[in-house]
Amino acid sequence: MGYDLKMRVWRGDQSGGELGDYTVEVSEGEVVLDAIHRLQATQAGDLAVRWNCKAGKCGSCSAEVNGKPRLMCMTRLSDFEPEETITVTPMRTFPVIRDLVTDVSFNYEKAKELPSVELGPRDADGKRRMMQVDVERGQEFRKCIECFLCQNTCHVVRDHEENKPAFSGPRFFLRYAELDMHPLDTRDRRAAAQDAAGLGLCNITKCCTEVCPENIKITDNAIIPMKERVVDRKFDPLVWLGNKIGVRNKDDDGRTEL
Amino acid sequence: MASTTGPQLAGGVQGPTRAQIDAKTLRTDRWWLAPATTFVVFSAFVVYATWRAFADSNYFVDPYLSPFYSPCLGDCVKGSSDFGTPFGGFPLSAALIVLIFPLGFRMSCYYYRKAYYRAFWLSPPACAVAEPHGSYSGETRFPLVFQNVHRWFWYAAIVVAAILTYDTALTFREADGGHVGLGSLIFVANIVLIWLYTLSCHSCRHIVGGRLRHFSKHPVRYRMWTFVSKLNAHHPSFAWYSLFSVAIADLYVMLLANGTISETRFF
Repeated sequence: MGYDLKMRVWRGDQSGGELGDYTVEVSEGEVVLDAIHRLQATQAGDLAVRWNCKAGKCGSCSAEVNGKPRLMCMTRLSDFEPEETITVTPMRTFPVIRDLVTDVSFNYEKAKELPSVELGPRDADGKRRMMQVDVERGQEFRKCIECFLCQNTCHVVRDHEENKPAFSGPRFFLRYAELDMHPLDTRDRRAAAQDAAGLGLCNITKCCTEVCPENIKITDNAIIPMKERVVDRKFDPLVWLGNKIGVRNKDDDGRTEL
Repeated sequence: MASTTGPQLAGGVQGPTRAQIDAKTLRTDRWWLAPATTFVVFSAFVVYATWRAFADSNYFVDPYLSPFYSPCLGDCVKGSSDFGTPFGGFPLSAALIVLIFPLGFRMSCYYYRKAYYRAFWLSPPACAVAEPHGSYSGETRFPLVFQNVHRWFWYAAIVVAAILTYDTALTFREADGGHVGLGSLIFVANIVLIWLYTLSCHSCRHIVGGRLRHFSKHPVRYRMWTFVSKLNAHHPSFAWYSLFSVAIADLYVMLLANGTISETRFF
């Protein structure tokens, strides 16, 4: 059964903008992106919105719905009361281009800065082998769809523009962790994660985990393990002592520090 | 149309390139409830624990020694020092000698950090709610860079938990045989929660196996990591429950010691 949904949608660009009030006819089972599309089709033909798969897998329709960073295509209207006004704005951490579309190139620049995987030599038969148990841990991180909601909600850059040059953000800490746990990678990224990527700026308040539409445990499984790996290298007296007397973690042998 | 154009601040969500929206958050849910609750409960615990730690009285009734004072290494009342009194001349409360270890463990805990950064420092108060601070350096500088010593306190926390386990065992002992009282059960519940909190720690998870890159070469450590990972998912709950249990254990001892209540014996 359909009903009239009251919406407020941010319209504008970097020169200014405002929340426009709209009433949109919606149907049972629809999501916020459906309402935005109907608004675009019937009342606001010039409304700019980025979207693609409508299935929560492409990461394009990231926005803020009633102030919460969400994928519009995965936010059901049934989660709200029919009489409730739904406010939709662009992500508030990135420069706005127009209406609901933001410039997320900050993330692409950070991706370029991240040292890629460097595999060791192949086995004698020309193949590379990894045990399943060693691969499984990083597979959770491969679920990332790069919607950048975690980057958007992270207060380190959301509330402090000046931190952007020094801080890669949770999405890339995820990548650092994935590569540092990679059984065949030959690089040691611990110092780079702390220094170049700004891992120390993270105060583990877990908002990245709260907003992740893929339910990746970013903080518990990636950021904190990376912080602990940094502690191994820089702050643990027992590890330091172990290295001095030859009792150490041989798992890092053969890796080159970046 | 509701205008959202307003004076722009230098950075943050009201920076010049961001979508111009005056409100620091547009969240409509009760986002303030969780940090407010944390603030009230943690503050109440800090006030209670500070009062009890400085009180230097009513912390021992045979066979119960308050966990705030264990091990009692200072100028302690007779019968409460199972590990001697190496700090016998310490002029202040004996609790102050040992409390630094559990206090440091909890203050540097990854869960507590999240909780108090949100509730006390509002950094951020909740997700997508702008924080009030003009600048932010995270845990890169003094004093917060010292949060990295968490595992040092974890090493100490293992010792503390072992000592509290010993104390708990002693609560079943009596001069003329065995004894089970309400206090014994409170102490058992407390030590179970203390161990669950200590073993579910993120540093523990890392040390037992998380630091490895090849689980396949360390099957025992992989199993330990898997077990601790399961506990770790409940670390916040254990942090809260053990906070309550340690306060309740201390309160029970205090009420026994000052005569407010008498021991409930089961046999």
